[in-house]
Amino acid sequence: MKKRPDYLLFDKNTTSLIYGMQTKAVQRMLDFDYCCRRTTPSVAALVDPGKFGSEKVFWGKKEIFIPVYPDVKTALKKHPDIDVMINFASFRSAYDTTMEGLNEPKLRTIVVIAEGMPERQARHLRAVAIERGKVIIGPATVGGIAAGAFKVANTGGTIESIIESKLHRPGSVGFVSKSGGMSNEAYNIIALNTDGLNEGIAIGGDAYAGSTLLEHLLRFEANPAIKMLVCLGEVGGEEEWKIVEAVKTKKIKKPLVMWVTGTSIKYMPKGIQFGHAGAKADASRETAEAKNAALREVGVVVPESFDDYDKAIKATYESLVKKGVIKPAPEVEPPVIPMDYAEAVARNMVRKPTNFTCTISDDSKDELLYAGHKISKVIGENYSVGETIGLLWFKERLPKWAAEFMEIVLKLCADHGPAVSGAHNTIVTARAGKDLMSAVASGILTIGPRFGGAVAGAALMFKAAQDAGQSPDAFIADLKKKNIKIQGIGHRIKSLKNPDMRVELLKQYARKHFPRTKLLDYALEVEQLTTAKKDTLILNVDGAIGVLSVDMMYGLGWDEERIQTVVNSGGLNGLFLLGRTIGMIGHYMDQCRQKADLYRHPWDDILYDLPAGE
Amino acid sequence: MAQRGIREYHGKRMLARHLDGFCEETVGYNGHIVLVDKDTDWAKLKKDNPWLKTDKLVAKPDQLFGKRGKHGLVLVNKDIAETKKWIDERMGKKQVVNGIEGTLTHFLIEPCVPHEAEYYVAIKSTAEGDAIYFSLEGGINVEENWDKVVVIKVPILGGIEDVNVEKALPGALGKNKKMVASFIRGLYKYFAALHFAYLEINPFAIAGNKIIPLDMVAKLDDTAEFCCNKLWGEDIEFPAAFGQNLSPEEMKIRELDALSGASLKLTLLNPEGTIWNMVAGGGASVIYADTVCDLGFAKELAFYGEYSGNPSTSLTYEYAKVVLDLMTRKPDAKKRPKTLILGGGIANFTDVAKTFTGIIKALNEYGDKLKKVNARIFVRRGGPNYQEGLANLKAAADKLGVPIEVHGPEYHMTRVVSDALKTGKGK
Repeated sequence: MKKRPDYLLFDKNTTSLIYGMQTKAVQRMLDFDYCCRRTTPSVAALVDPGKFGSEKVFWGKKEIFIPVYPDVKTALKKHPDIDVMINFASFRSAYDTTMEGLNEPKLRTIVVIAEGMPERQARHLRAVAIERGKVIIGPATVGGIAAGAFKVANTGGTIESIIESKLHRPGSVGFVSKSGGMSNEAYNIIALNTDGLNEGIAIGGDAYAGSTLLEHLLRFEANPAIKMLVCLGEVGGEEEWKIVEAVKTKKIKKPLVMWVTGTSIKYMPKGIQFGHAGAKADASRETAEAKNAALREVGVVVPESFDDYDKAIKATYESLVKKGVIKPAPEVEPPVIPMDYAEAVARNMVRKPTNFTCTISDDSKDELLYAGHKISKVIGENYSVGETIGLLWFKERLPKWAAEFMEIVLKLCADHGPAVSGAHNTIVTARAGKDLMSAVASGILTIGPRFGGAVAGAALMFKAAQDAGQSPDAFIADLKKKNIKIQGIGHRIKSLKNPDMRVELLKQYARKHFPRTKLLDYALEVEQLTTAKKDTLILNVDGAIGVLSVDMMYGLGWDEERIQTVVNSGGLNGLFLLGRTIGMIGHYMDQCRQKADLYRHPWDDILYDLPAGE
Repeated sequence: MAQRGIREYHGKRMLARHLDGFCEETVGYNGHIVLVDKDTDWAKLKKDNPWLKTDKLVAKPDQLFGKRGKHGLVLVNKDIAETKKWIDERMGKKQVVNGIEGTLTHFLIEPCVPHEAEYYVAIKSTAEGDAIYFSLEGGINVEENWDKVVVIKVPILGGIEDVNVEKALPGALGKNKKMVASFIRGLYKYFAALHFAYLEINPFAIAGNKIIPLDMVAKLDDTAEFCCNKLWGEDIEFPAAFGQNLSPEEMKIRELDALSGASLKLTLLNPEGTIWNMVAGGGASVIYADTVCDLGFAKELAFYGEYSGNPSTSLTYEYAKVVLDLMTRKPDAKKRPKTLILGGGIANFTDVAKTFTGIIKALNEYGDKLKKVNARIFVRRGGPNYQEGLANLKAAADKLGVPIEVHGPEYHMTRVVSDALKTGKGK
């Protein structure tokens, strides 16, 4: 690759590495590149200490990957063309990381963004850079820009500002200032009054900058594409005097328009600190007036106040055009950069249909909401578990009788000993060394029509029969004809004479608190008939929960359609599922506590009945 | 921030704690010094520092100003009772120092050390490297005898190891030369390691084999706080310059500034002034203030201030409220209109519309008061969503009936200042 001349830090082929995971800055650089019709992105690599990886960014409309390396050396080995490092390390580590860059022979330019680097450190970095023939821009800077070629990090602001200030194509003006904020303003002034910026640098506002105003002006002086210099100086320091000297000794021959800010400092209380650390006049030589006067004296174009800065720039530019020194750079239409979706949303410019709808809870607001109830209210007003379930399952705060019914069901279903299929599976899985989720899931997966899962089925069947006006006789006969077992009827050992206490408790509660028990009454009529055939064909706990859930929903005054939707969904099985999960977790913890070993079913408990072989 | 002065007390305590660690031979400064203010418990002070009761003492104010002797503010060779009496007579009193009036609030007391020769040493950090200044003629006359000061330059890359200090010192030091050279080398290393920007010991004395700093001025680079806070000590403070008595409003803005990541500044210049610049950005705010002064209206500039670093809406609101409150306290004596300039450059990424929301809220609260002082508003700002921000601001002012002009980046940044001043003149 052809070596760039010393006066040129950045051109259309310059590639850089970014120290620190500044994806936004990278995107802004790439958007600028795209606007300038660069053929390759200006960022070749990111460095994130200790990490390998890649970051996805947009190149126009397309997404591309920028590799991430653990250190500067590795990044440069993989990308030997990189000669610019943009260092986003914090003020704590900016010194060490900049040294890391200075130790790399291939790097020519290091931009130090961090604000608040100790002065001794900044001064030392500058000395090392000079010794090794490198340029440091910063610290405490936004960076700089070579119009139409390369943009450092966040320089120039939004892409709209960049295009408005014509930074996507080169003009004839070189600009340097301390202030990053004011450089943005200056690019605008230059765009309004000349054919635009060629290169602009903000050296940073600290007392000891890595490179000076004069050093950049001398680069611009050497750069044949730059015809005119514009500089913004500042009260404090000796820097501007060196520019006076350089103009005097003809080291700077190109027309220079300059203004030193801080003329108001003499009206301020002694020792006032302006925005920049370096902006503080300790000697009369360092005042803005003294510097402006000295600059004016050696022939620099110095306006009477900043208010005439634009006019001075315009007049100087126009005289250069008249003399034929400047042939105004042509305007170039930049390609359109698609707007980021997030920004378009923020500006109310796009809409799209959603893929999901949620009507029960919301975590996108300041505070979590359950069916419109703030979590602080749920806790503050001490909502019961039943009420909370009501919010998330039925989207309303249930009255006390209904909430309590739900809780009773949970308590009744919480466990039924280790022998039932759910607990058994949980135990076996736990003993196989699996985690809680696997063990409980294996238990839950046994819930179904034969175990715990008859709640929804019973609600569906009994409700359908009652709705259809079927007599209990007809109901039983009908199902028998179709050879369908009645869901929620039958128990292994319990009978009318030896009733299931859980069912008794549910019935007692409902009779006392429910506004109606019409479906329970119907189910009990059915039970009368079935137990006449076999005394264990009682209304079991699943059946009782199922029919009472339907009675509860009627009692709440819900309309028919709403109730039927719940029943059809099978969601009522959730009562058993939720309750029994408590027990399964208990069994899991119980096995862990015992440090129970892998379970192996004994051979003698298995009948081996294979076909006879050969 | 940057280079900031510290009290002599803290400077000497730090020196006593750390200097020996940087020197080849011990300097042996014992750090006998105390700082008193109006709340000092003298009984406890005496109990903790027994030398106060036995030694003859020196006392002087410790508030970042020099030439204390010339102002009759140094008490020498008195016992503790006399010293206390002397301090009590001056504590809380107004004093004019170098043309600036302030209140005496802090005094230091240390033992009075009998000595003969007074030497001068100072170390200054500059862009080209550090410079050590030494003179045999220390004390208050060093400036008059500046030609006798020896300057020893310390290169940035080589450091003190590359410098022959002993050779550079005047031969007249005689037998003390080696000891002074060792002290200066140690002092330089201490200066560098603790990130001093300036350190002056004028004078120091030699008593036997010990070096005693008699008077000291020091500035630290406060950005090094993250790596030096342990060495600086927990009690380190950066006092405001003498005579810088902050108004309640300035105090409030300082507090808001300290509490947030954004930057808010306000220094009152002339509360009776008619030009009120509320400007976004450190660089731009200086230029707005300059322009008012350059156009000949320095006396009318009410304050210097800035808000930057992406302040939240509520922070901008608080800041604007302080400005508007000060501005609308009373109408101009000559019935001239009061001008509020809401200025700023082109923001990089700060949402202009959002920051203006805070200002609009404050404007609405002060609408009537603004009309009473015949206020006019000039606005110039660019950056993300500036059009929306300007439109909102204009609508708010129009509704209030306060005259307003708004401009975007197409308008030269400070032109609103000249516009405002020109129309001001016309009336």
